[in-house]
Amino acid sequence: MAGADGDDSLYPIAVLIDELRNEDVQVPNVSGGGLPGYRSKRSCSSRETFRCLRLNSIKKLSTIALALGVERTRTELLPFLTDTIYDEDEVLLALAEQLGNFTMLVGGPEYVHCLLPPLESLATVEETVVRDKAVESLRKISQEHSPVDLEVHFEPLVKRLASGDWFTSRTSACGLFSVCYPRVSSTVKAEIRQHFRTLCSDDTPMVRRAAASKLGEFAKVLELDYVKSDIISLFTALASDEQDSVRLLAVEACVSIATLLPQEDLESLVMPTLRQAAEDKSWRVRYMVADKFSELQKAVGPEITKNDLVPAFQNLLKDCEAEVRAAAANKVKEFCENLPEENREQIIMTHILPCVKELVSDTNQHVKSALASVIMGLSTILGKDNTIEHLLPLFLAQLKDECPEVRLNIISNLDCVNEVIGIRQLSQSLLPAIVELAEDAKWRVRLAIIEYMPLLAGQLPLTKSLCRVVVYAIREAATCNLMKLVEKFGAEWAQNTIVPKVLGMANDPNYLHRMTTLFCINALSEACGQDITTKQMLPVVLKMSNDQVANVRFNVAKSLQKIGPVLDSNALQTEVKPVLEKLATDTDMDVKYFAQEAISGTRFTLASLHISTKSDLPF
Amino acid sequence: MSAISASEKVDGFTRKSMRKAQKQRKSQGSSQYRTQSAPVELSPLPQLKDAPSTEQQELFTQKLQQCCMLFDFLDSVMDLKSKEIKRATLNELVDYVSTNRGVLVESTYPEITNMICTNIFRTLPPSDNPDFDPEEDEPTLEASWPHVQLVYEFLLRFLENPDFQPSIAKRHIDQKFVLQLLELFDSEDPRERDFLKTILHRIYGKFLGLRAFIRKQINNIFLRFIYETEHFNGVAELLEILGSIINGFALPLKAEHKQFLMKVLIPLHTAKGLALFHAQLAYCVVQFLEKDPTLTEPVIRGLLKFWPRTCSQKEVMFLGEIEEILDVIEPTQFKKIQEPLFKQISKCVANPHFQVAERALYFWNNEYILSLIEENIDKVLPIMFGSLYRISKEHWNPTIVALVYNVLKTLMEMNCTLFDELTSSYKAERQREKKKEQERDELWKKLDELRCVFFLMRFSLLLPTRGCKTQGRRERRSFGSI
Repeated sequence: MAGADGDDSLYPIAVLIDELRNEDVQVPNVSGGGLPGYRSKRSCSSRETFRCLRLNSIKKLSTIALALGVERTRTELLPFLTDTIYDEDEVLLALAEQLGNFTMLVGGPEYVHCLLPPLESLATVEETVVRDKAVESLRKISQEHSPVDLEVHFEPLVKRLASGDWFTSRTSACGLFSVCYPRVSSTVKAEIRQHFRTLCSDDTPMVRRAAASKLGEFAKVLELDYVKSDIISLFTALASDEQDSVRLLAVEACVSIATLLPQEDLESLVMPTLRQAAEDKSWRVRYMVADKFSELQKAVGPEITKNDLVPAFQNLLKDCEAEVRAAAANKVKEFCENLPEENREQIIMTHILPCVKELVSDTNQHVKSALASVIMGLSTILGKDNTIEHLLPLFLAQLKDECPEVRLNIISNLDCVNEVIGIRQLSQSLLPAIVELAEDAKWRVRLAIIEYMPLLAGQLPLTKSLCRVVVYAIREAATCNLMKLVEKFGAEWAQNTIVPKVLGMANDPNYLHRMTTLFCINALSEACGQDITTKQMLPVVLKMSNDQVANVRFNVAKSLQKIGPVLDSNALQTEVKPVLEKLATDTDMDVKYFAQEAISGTRFTLASLHISTKSDLPF
Repeated sequence: MSAISASEKVDGFTRKSMRKAQKQRKSQGSSQYRTQSAPVELSPLPQLKDAPSTEQQELFTQKLQQCCMLFDFLDSVMDLKSKEIKRATLNELVDYVSTNRGVLVESTYPEITNMICTNIFRTLPPSDNPDFDPEEDEPTLEASWPHVQLVYEFLLRFLENPDFQPSIAKRHIDQKFVLQLLELFDSEDPRERDFLKTILHRIYGKFLGLRAFIRKQINNIFLRFIYETEHFNGVAELLEILGSIINGFALPLKAEHKQFLMKVLIPLHTAKGLALFHAQLAYCVVQFLEKDPTLTEPVIRGLLKFWPRTCSQKEVMFLGEIEEILDVIEPTQFKKIQEPLFKQISKCVANPHFQVAERALYFWNNEYILSLIEENIDKVLPIMFGSLYRISKEHWNPTIVALVYNVLKTLMEMNCTLFDELTSSYKAERQREKKKEQERDELWKKLDELRCVFFLMRFSLLLPTRGCKTQGRRERRSFGSI
């Protein structure tokens, strides 16, 4: 048990540190097998092993700390880690993460500040992921500092980072202001605000980007007066930065800032900037506005939405860059849903719908498919009559769109419309298009149709065109749905429409189609019942046992096992058994295997027959 | 229904070549963001050479203003007549500034820069192909190139005109101008980047006041490329300019330049698309080392830090760069880095990927490197021996084995006694390493056991009172007495 306190003789720190420094790890022997196929694999694994060893030691840092005890962790391990931070980024990343969970290992919250020096160094390295992880850990342990420690140890660190020479430390500082601000005295608060202000106008765009991305978060912890006096001016400045990468981050901050401010201040403090962003000359900024539109809409409230955001949204839907239009199209449904209820319909009909109509025939397929993924949602908002009059023609156009993704998105959302206008209306207007899609060149579209078959079939009258769809379903081997369909329409329907098609494919020149026959029979036999299975299906299956292709033959064996329980015992004994026995002596290994499987699987029924006839045996 | 007919498909999938061809057909982008106002139709102005010299200046200005009109090139049939007029005018302007003397009077500078800015400065359009692979895919070409090309041409002739006066132009060609010019280097169109390269080079040469600014902004672009976006099309072009800039640095090098080398150029080696600009990058690095040989050690250590782990193609590039550095290295510098460097090289020669191994073994064909090795054979041979000895027996590729035999032979000739010693102690060495490995495993096993015990104790004792700080401390103190 002594180990818990750190036994010197057992685990001298030198050994552990050696382990951390370990570089000369013997690369596992790469034996010279001449197979070129192994080359790349081996090259990775042996080199990976080399690095992983040291990485593992870092990942087990907590074990080392445990072995050393809290005292020596503080006085020996942490100084060592702080001094020797020059390593591969993967190792540093693991270290940064570990240190965030080290509070107990250094002796609890009162010693947590011991972790700051190594994390401070990590927060200044170049590699972004390492730095971000160090900041994350710093944010985590900041919560474990007492208010006094926060001012004595943590806040000075933030200040040092904020005034660092190289941009990396200043970037890291941006993420730390908001965690210490609420818990420090008002003089320190003033200093923090000043530092943040400086970083917002930093020379390096990387730092301004970091500051802009934390602006919203920082605003949330500030007192409202300072939000109005400080944050707004920073926000305005960042939103008109010379680099579009900074400006677009200000759009994100806009959401949080607008939420914080009282309604009456929004118009004067936020809206000028937002309007300008929506018409920015860089498409990236406009894209960001479009992407955040629902959030912005909620943040500024219904009045401003009606007056400002509706025209802005119209413009975004008509933007000259497809990226922006696609982002805006994605938001159509959400935007409409969140419009103030009293004039929602009117706004949609007069302002939004005309733009949407144009987007249906957009030149860019991403725009169309983004729209197709949400447009069906409008029907619930607009109600039955508007949907039939205005939306259905659009859906129809999109179902015939040349881009498969558009068609797919429409089909996948059919149920929304179904709820509003009812299946009868839906089937009359859309069914012809759907039937056509069942023959679509893209398999994803066909698959989507097949998946909708049971839903449609449940409510549609059995029409000739529906049968055609079903035939396609068969060819796609959509066996699962096939079973559902047969259950719905009954065995007789199946016998007349499906079974002939299925059995016809047994003579197809393509062996894949011949196998489809078998798969369909597997699915259908139970639903069709003993009579159809024995009389119509079994002969075909048995005939296929002579197929040239081994894959077909072993699937025959599998099918026979599957349909065995449905067959009558006579057929099983006289027809199935000989065929299986023949297959069991096939030249192909797999055919043999599956035939034997089938024999032993079917034997249960065979055996039970034997038992019933030989019931006089003593048991 | 779909654009690709069924006959073009194999097993339901479209052929990759088909999809590519489809994509390429429309790979033209344009990025002029205009307000809704449609362009007005242009009417041709009289030729400059026909105008009397008193009116030429006025006409020149008018033509410059006319060329500020922008056209939509994505719609190829729109404004055909006006487009043609603008093209002819631009051609005439190019001709005018390159052949005539005394046409660049002070009052024309604002008009000229205004025309240039209006035409070339724009936000680049989103890439047509989000996962654009510069090595594989065809770039999207700028649709408005027929006009933009002439504007670039004009800018270049303007800068190169013997009458051109930087002192006047600096009011217009300022930091903002340069910043926008640099952003354009991200253009996917190689023709545009090529023009930009020459233009930026001229500006750097003529505007002394902008030099530091240009370097700093290139710095920022690279840092953004390395650590943020991993995407920038013009890295190779910018490096090419830098190559000639570094060449002109005064000695001793300023701290700023050294920082640029260590914090920007070296980390650039980590980029995914290194192959696209490695030649230019290696040139810049070698330029630095030729200026200041004391930088060799940090540079090589930096390269070793970022040595590729899984990408053999990049590893071959790194080895190439190391050889370029070794070609110019000073013997004293070589001594400083030989140990870490040859540890890496010994790993490379043992690399199962034969191209990596081969590239590393080619070092022994380099006379200068051979002489450096020979001078330091007592240090180099012990590092290299293990790997070479092992792969001479074990490598799968016969070419590598043959190369290794040659290398071993060369090394043996350099120091026969040391070679024999190493051969005889090879087995013992391997044994020792294995033992060390075992000890390490043992240590970790013990530590893991300890960890389990500790956690068990912590759970059984601390769990009921967890959450209370002072109690937690008391509990822990009681550990010692167990």
